[in-house]
Amino acid sequence: MAEKPKLAFYWCAACGGCEECVLDLEEKLLDVVSSVDIVFWPVALDFKRHDLEAMADGAILATFISGAIRTTEQEEMVRLLRSKSRLVFAFGSCSQSGGVPGLANLWTKDSIFQTVYTEGASTPNPEGTLPQRTIREDGGELELPRFFDTVRTLDQVVAVDYYLPGCPPTPKILLAALDQLLSGRLPEQGAVLAPDHALCEECPRRDSHPERLALNEFKRPQEVIIDEGTCLLAQGILCLGPATRAGCEAQCVKGNMPCTGCFGPTSRVRDFGGKALSAIATIAAGKEEAEISRLFENIPDPVGTFYRYSLPASLLRRRRIESVPMTGTK
Amino acid sequence: MKKLGAYWLMPELFEPKIVAFFCNWCTYLAADLAGTSRIKYAPNGRVIRVMCSGRVDPQFVLEAFAQGADGVLIGGCHPGDCHYQEGNYNALRRFQLLRRMLKEMGIEEERFRLEWISASEGDRVRAVMNDMVEKIRALGPLAKPTVAEGTLEEVPA
Repeated sequence: MAEKPKLAFYWCAACGGCEECVLDLEEKLLDVVSSVDIVFWPVALDFKRHDLEAMADGAILATFISGAIRTTEQEEMVRLLRSKSRLVFAFGSCSQSGGVPGLANLWTKDSIFQTVYTEGASTPNPEGTLPQRTIREDGGELELPRFFDTVRTLDQVVAVDYYLPGCPPTPKILLAALDQLLSGRLPEQGAVLAPDHALCEECPRRDSHPERLALNEFKRPQEVIIDEGTCLLAQGILCLGPATRAGCEAQCVKGNMPCTGCFGPTSRVRDFGGKALSAIATIAAGKEEAEISRLFENIPDPVGTFYRYSLPASLLRRRRIESVPMTGTK
Repeated sequence: MKKLGAYWLMPELFEPKIVAFFCNWCTYLAADLAGTSRIKYAPNGRVIRVMCSGRVDPQFVLEAFAQGADGVLIGGCHPGDCHYQEGNYNALRRFQLLRRMLKEMGIEEERFRLEWISASEGDRVRAVMNDMVEKIRALGPLAKPTVAEGTLEEVPA
């Protein structure tokens, strides 16, 4: 019997939602498992790093890596997985473009540690103990992973062959990718495995989008009762559909919530935040400086709004490190 | 690694680099007029002619800063004078939101500027450019040679 192709899954700085996507394949997961061997998957299977190290280079057909890179351990593991795998898939927003953990690029290691370990209301730490690199326990010394100042995307650390966008990717996107992989019908290397047009094109509310938008007010979803049939932008709700890649089948919009851009940009855009900001800024009404400035007051956090999933992949990558206050993130 | 300028050791050698996007119909002509009138001003601008200030995609500005510009200037027609009627209003809207976003990223407001300069205002090109260079000189270079952990290793192209 011919050997089944080998797959691996790994997670770095991620919440585990991408692993949920694998489980959400439901009974189709059984079809996948019957046609491949999953040789490494820390969240579900008890294989260790030395099992991986024992494999020949290129022994794994494809590895799906979710999560951004923020510690030395993650960097070592993805380098190891890269050498053992013929193909590496960036699986989900964090891995593709930094994701929500990437917003830590507004801070540094020191300011994050300060907030988490000394300023947190539910973290009593009178001695001000902070994570250390080494620990002595029972006469032995252990070295712990180092935490970087800057979060990186997977492709800033190792070469990536394909991208599956989404926070998390939908089971349909994953299944299509597995199907293309196992049948040898993968597109050109470096491709994002989702449609290459804006979400608005597949939005169920598309017909209610007015020819020309000129908003006199931006509203936040919690401030209004949102009409379920009308274009969210037309209602003044900040929806990033015009700048975001399609492929999610407008799940958030169907749930009456605006798109926040987790599928990232289309292939024609280099910097998602810049383009999304451009799309939103130009639908504001107002021609006077003061008027426009008042309109934008209801977008309190431009970086968190437009780079919610992509700060490490942006042109600037992070806040200037010398402008980060050293007193914690609050 | 980022190439470090000599100015890091000798701050008096720092010359701000300013990328200036000038619209074809007003500000570019004003810069042209400044030249033909032999008006002298700071030579720190690298002028890029665009058809309209509304053509300046925020990505152009981000790219300029990412590639080492110390400041970015956008010059367009006065409100109401846009050759394409509405382009400069779009430039103003993008500018206002982008300036706030850049501030969150640690790029000071003085480094990013939008000015309305008509074709007859050669003198204003001088005033704006000189003023901007002076302010940025006081702020210092944008790309200070601080090394962030985890930003050094890149995938070889």
